[in-house]
Amino acid sequence: MSWLTKTLSSSIGKKVLMAITGLFLCSFLIIHLMGNLQLFKDDGGYAFNTYTVFMTTNPLIKTVSYVLYFSILFHAVWGIYLEYQNKKARPQGYAMSKNQGSLASRNMAILGTIIFVYIAVHLGDFWYEYKFGHLPYVTYTESLSTGEVTAIETLPDSYTQEVKMLETFNEAEGTKSITVKDLYVEAEEAFSKPLLVIFYVISMVVLGFHLLHGFQSGFQTLGLNHPKYNPLIKKVGIWVFAILIPFAFAVIPVYFLIK
Amino acid sequence: MDLKLKVWRQKNAEDKGGLVEYQLNDIEGHMSFLEMMDILNEQLISEGQEPVSFDHDCREGICGACSMHINGEPHGPDAGTTTCQLHMRKFNDGDTIFIEPFRAKAFPVIKDLVVDRSAFDRIQHAGGYISVNTSGNTQDANSIPVPKVNADKAFDAATCIGCGACVAACKNASAMLFVSAKVSQFALLPQGEVEAKDRALNMVKQMDAEGFGNCTNTGACEAECPKGISLENIARLNREYLSASVTTDH
Ligand code: SF4
Ligand code: FES
Repeated sequence: MSWLTKTLSSSIGKKVLMAITGLFLCSFLIIHLMGNLQLFKDDGGYAFNTYTVFMTTNPLIKTVSYVLYFSILFHAVWGIYLEYQNKKARPQGYAMSKNQGSLASRNMAILGTIIFVYIAVHLGDFWYEYKFGHLPYVTYTESLSTGEVTAIETLPDSYTQEVKMLETFNEAEGTKSITVKDLYVEAEEAFSKPLLVIFYVISMVVLGFHLLHGFQSGFQTLGLNHPKYNPLIKKVGIWVFAILIPFAFAVIPVYFLIK
Repeated sequence: MDLKLKVWRQKNAEDKGGLVEYQLNDIEGHMSFLEMMDILNEQLISEGQEPVSFDHDCREGICGACSMHINGEPHGPDAGTTTCQLHMRKFNDGDTIFIEPFRAKAFPVIKDLVVDRSAFDRIQHAGGYISVNTSGNTQDANSIPVPKVNADKAFDAATCIGCGACVAACKNASAMLFVSAKVSQFALLPQGEVEAKDRALNMVKQMDAEGFGNCTNTGACEAECPKGISLENIARLNREYLSASVTTDH
């Protein structure tokens, strides 16, 4: 066995893999949230739809997104495997147990499984629809001088699904027209279903609990524990990753539902 | 006080075992938990029954021999206390007390409340020591300067008595707190630095081989440790192990 496989297959190494993939997924949440905030712009989805094109065509982002898909799968499968091993380490339980440790820390596998199901549903709703489904197309006509969007026009249903973005210029009128797939309207449609919105909101609460333990636990596993910066890690874990980010995500479907 | 005890009885490693109920009367609050167990055993012997087997040695909280999972917690309800130092005044008249052995695959039950904790000994043998020449020219330890902070942290880590309560409390039956204390007490001192890398690698290897679970940083160990060993040590063990993995020649 090489030193690397030996290290990574030790109990500490296995945890390091969980920590690295987990913290990487945390960093993704920030990017994803920043992109999604454009859904709140009242521009008929112009900013959001053009941003979607950028995210699905930029080669660097595409590469990172494959790393991301892999990390999600790995973190989930590896987590289940570790949970299985940990269950095996105590074949016979106690008749009575006080269960020390936070509620979140004791239920990471269950919380993680719910999040995994959520990710599958979420990807089915948007990623799959965008790539393989049948989305309507929309054309935004933007004034070249003011940058103002002057017209929004939905294209007929029969329009091809191959095209990601089409840009045409009209010199005479001084306008630029951009035709893109309308993922914004897809979001509007999906979040008009109350049951789906409830599922999304619950999933975000679950995500918050998972990160309440997960974020700071990742640092501890990597050996990053110091009286000077521990309080900061704890605070960021609680306020940013367990509360703020899941809350902001949860607001999106609710916003569309009541809009 | 009068108590109802539910004690785990198991004839040997193969026996299935189960909780057996005993009634014990006139227990004094100033008795230790082990003295209460002694009285139970005297009662059992006088009734012609097999006494309950349990581990103990120093009965002053320093050897780590006593164990027992009492009312859902290793070493019982009092924080920072071993079973032998637990007083019966922590319980009330009429209480029911669950008394179970420490549970882990790596700590198999030998009999009743006695579990085999020799896995800890094997982990210690794998690296929980320093090699010192004792042929008569041993250097006085105090002649090597040690920063006060490190000396204090090493001392705190060295107070681990190897009782195994951390394993018993952990939902994963992980031995990380114990191993991290044993690694830390040396890693922080110049005398321990020489073998620090191999120590971390070998002790973790032995810990994994014994079948303890993987640490998920729940902190149950720290909460139940009778000596208050800090989670900071686990982070240090992670650092020591990872840096040793990437810097040793083997
Ligand atoms: S770390 Fe604490 S609980 Fe674990 S063996 Fe040492 S003294 Fe006992
Ligand atoms: S008997 Fe020695 S610590 Fe309890």
